[in-house]
Amino acid sequence: MTDQIFAYITHKNGVADDSALELSVAAGKINADAAVTAIVAGAGDSLSAVCDEMAKAYPTVWKLDNDALAYPNAEVIRNVLASILPDNAMVLVPHDTFGMDLSPGLSVKMNAAFISDVVDVEGLSDNTLTIVRQEYGGQVSTHVAADISSGAVINVRPGVFQPDDIAAVSGEVVDKSDDIEITDAKRRFLETVEAEVGDVDITKSDVLVSVGRGIEDEDNLEIAFDLAKAMGADVSCSRPIVDAKWMEKSRQVGTSGQTVKPKVYLAAGISGSFQHLGGLKGNPFIIAINKNTKAPIFQVADVGIEADILDFLPELTEAIEEL
Amino acid sequence: MEILVCVTRVPDTAENEIEVNSDGTDIGRDDLVYSVNEWDNYAVEEAIQIRDRVGGSVTVVTVGDDESEEILRREMAMGADSGILLADGAFDGSDGLGIARILKAEVDKGNYDLILTGAQSEGGTAEVGGMLAALLDLPFASLVNQIEIVDEKKIKVGREIEGGNIEVSEIDLPCVLSVQTGINEPRYVGIRGIRKVASLDIPTHGAADLGVDPATVGADGARVKRMDYFIPDLGEGAEMLEGDTEEIISKLIELLKAKGGLK
Ligand SMILES: Cc1cc2nc3c(=O)[nH]c(=O)nc-3n(C[C@H](O)[C@H](O)[C@H](O)COP(=O)(O)OP(=O)(O)OC[C@H]3O[C@@H](n4cnc5c(N)ncnc54)[C@H](O)[C@@H]3O)c2cc1C
Ligand SMILES: Nc1ncnc2c1ncn2[C@@H]1O[C@H](COP(=O)(O)O)[C@@H](O)[C@H]1O
Repeated sequence: MTDQIFAYITHKNGVADDSALELSVAAGKINADAAVTAIVAGAGDSLSAVCDEMAKAYPTVWKLDNDALAYPNAEVIRNVLASILPDNAMVLVPHDTFGMDLSPGLSVKMNAAFISDVVDVEGLSDNTLTIVRQEYGGQVSTHVAADISSGAVINVRPGVFQPDDIAAVSGEVVDKSDDIEITDAKRRFLETVEAEVGDVDITKSDVLVSVGRGIEDEDNLEIAFDLAKAMGADVSCSRPIVDAKWMEKSRQVGTSGQTVKPKVYLAAGISGSFQHLGGLKGNPFIIAINKNTKAPIFQVADVGIEADILDFLPELTEAIEEL
Repeated sequence: MEILVCVTRVPDTAENEIEVNSDGTDIGRDDLVYSVNEWDNYAVEEAIQIRDRVGGSVTVVTVGDDESEEILRREMAMGADSGILLADGAFDGSDGLGIARILKAEVDKGNYDLILTGAQSEGGTAEVGGMLAALLDLPFASLVNQIEIVDEKKIKVGREIEGGNIEVSEIDLPCVLSVQTGINEPRYVGIRGIRKVASLDIPTHGAADLGVDPATVGADGARVKRMDYFIPDLGEGAEMLEGDTEEIISKLIELLKAKGGLK
């Protein structure tokens, strides 16, 4: 059973998500000998393009084509997967907003173990899969052992299993559309509403001064704006600042905010959660200022400063203004 | 509308630096400040606002121990009508599915139209809500940041997806929703508010009261087990700028100049 691994492929407009190949890497780390099957569910012509693309990395691709799958409604997809996956299967899903929606319930319906947000695979022995995950926003890591004798649903953190050296295969696309069961959904998709555009477009900024919960109070935001002004930078932020309604959503960096590509990113009072870092692209020069030297941001930053930002930022501003 | 909100007590990451204890069996628990899981506060606030709009009641429930009573009281001070503590030695060491099974047993005893959880807790597994829904065979939506009550049979929910876009769906009641931060602004609770609810009775239900088979929960029932805590060796990490503040600032300014960080 453990040599039967499936990967759920997320795709949009005929293009597979980056996670599609990452799941193949993760599957290989779980069991190098496994025959891995990609599952591509959706509707219409664009589906074939995704399947063909996946057949270059996966030996088998299951194509599930049905109008009811045109939008990936997790409830519908869950029932489809539960109806088509063999007993005791292992299925890999990206730990994104779709995977968080789908997987816990899927594991219950499959009577399989659920292993969430996996960042590394330690190994498989008999029916025990040992993986690495993180807790407390990445401050500590843990080894987790799961009994996968009756299968497993495994959510894989996007971006960690880099597909640098995937051997090209010429896989086979199998149309399984007639084998799936479409059920009436108690949750019905209506529409997608695009995020609002704000006053500043941080996706175009070369230099960002980004503030997180460490700024502590709305009134303190001023010191970040003062610094940004002195540097000629724009101000962005992490999610808690937006949740508190201190700044507009359009200034939030991260998976549920903006994807930015600055040259320089100064993270002040930001711990460095993977959802925040997920919005940081283009390999910027990262400066982290934090009073906790163990904050995960220091693992990805180029330069770190242990300081209280409430003291440090104004002093830095003053020094720059004096140049 | 009868609303149940699942809440959990966690070490407050804004108040503590989380460290691994000396033998790697746990995080260091000495002097930890605990609070309600951040996401759960938003769920409780949302429940209170819905109740205030359409009537009904809000119950908060947690699977925990005696110390968890304080967070139930805190949420009752926010405005929840009642609290239930689910505690039993047999629950110790439960995995997410175990927690969901215990919560299901409590849900089965009531008559709830809407069950809310937070999107995730300190472990970041984000699993209990979806599992609970599947065990109850109820519809589910995760990462909800908008709730609109349409009528007694259905509601409209917005899910926050990538890029901050919102996926809007209609969902039949009863249902389970996991709530994302930012959906509202949770009200502040002062010492006075907590004092007001200090004498309210909070019933405790154990495995026998709930009819939960101890073998399906707790450490014995867990298929997914945490083995240890550790700090991974991730190579060099950042180059830390050392010296007094003045020295650090002048080094930083040189770096900023070199990397195009000053205009
Ligand atoms: C589905 C989902 C999507 C998400 N999307 C995003 C997203 O798009 N963007 C995002 O940012 N988050 C997102 N999050 C939230 C994310 O998980 C973290 O909770 C968040 O990034 C934490 O923000 P933070 O670093 O500002 O706060 P914390 O994690 O609380 O960190 C604050 C840091 O400030 C430091 N600090 C405190 N005071 C000071 C001081 N005076 N001086 C210096 N340092 C100080 C602390 O040591 C700590 O490291 C998402 C979560 C979920 C579940
Ligand atoms: N011990 C618990 N008691 C009650 N609810 C819980 C418990 N653990 C988790 N939950 C709920 O499940 C949500 C998601 O947590 P998790 O699945 O642990 O990431 C939390 O926000 C709570 O609403």
